Amino acid sequence: MTDKSMTIIATKGTLDWAYPPFILSSTAAALGYNVTMFFTFYGLQLLKKDLNLSVSPLGNPGMPMPMSMDKWFPVLGTAIPGMQAMMTGMMKNTIKSKGVASVAELRDLCIEADVKMIGCQMTIDLFDLNPKDLIDEIDLGGAATYLDHAGGSDINLFI
Amino acid sequence: MSDNDQELDARGLNCPLPILRAKKTLNGMGAGALLKIIATDPGSVKDFQAFATQTGNELMSSSEENGEFHFLLKKGG
Repeated sequence: MTDKSMTIIATKGTLDWAYPPFILSSTAAALGYNVTMFFTFYGLQLLKKDLNLSVSPLGNPGMPMPMSMDKWFPVLGTAIPGMQAMMTGMMKNTIKSKGVASVAELRDLCIEADVKMIGCQMTIDLFDLNPKDLIDEIDLGGAATYLDHAGGSDINLFI
Repeated sequence: MSDNDQELDARGLNCPLPILRAKKTLNGMGAGALLKIIATDPGSVKDFQAFATQTGNELMSSSEENGEFHFLLKKGG
């Protein structure tokens, strides 16, 4: 229907921040947009075959804590060993119980809808990542590759 | 309802799943066929309006019944 296009630069690799790029991309694709996602730095975690994303309350005062834990353990409490694993487990349960899709499910929907995914070659070199650990449906490229898509695109987002 | 018409139960699903499931179902339908969707996500009310505007599928009706949202989409040509 539409010939619009959108690009997103995904830079974050936590469970919570995995959502905005994949939600917007899958929805835009459903609305007929041509979508390109560029994954750089921590965003490359979102392309791992084995998605193992966490969320941390550490340094995130905006994160709601169950049972008013933030009042009992202000700031330092969020650094207690095991807190990250616990919060990640809790968030995954909440996600499921609220009918929110998993990150893997949304990513699959994007792939199914022909969303183009580009992994940042420089980040792979920088962090010694193994491209074999990343899903097969991606291309690798750099800033110029991204700009080639973004230059003619209606919407460009940095997340 | 004609043979081409379909129904989609999107109850319990949250954004953006109702839209994505609707799009997937519409893909398998012919122009002019009707798709009835039932959802519980309050955000879907505005989202289905926007979906219709941008995809050329017509939102024939949108209503709330007992805390559930009913939509009727007509597949565009």
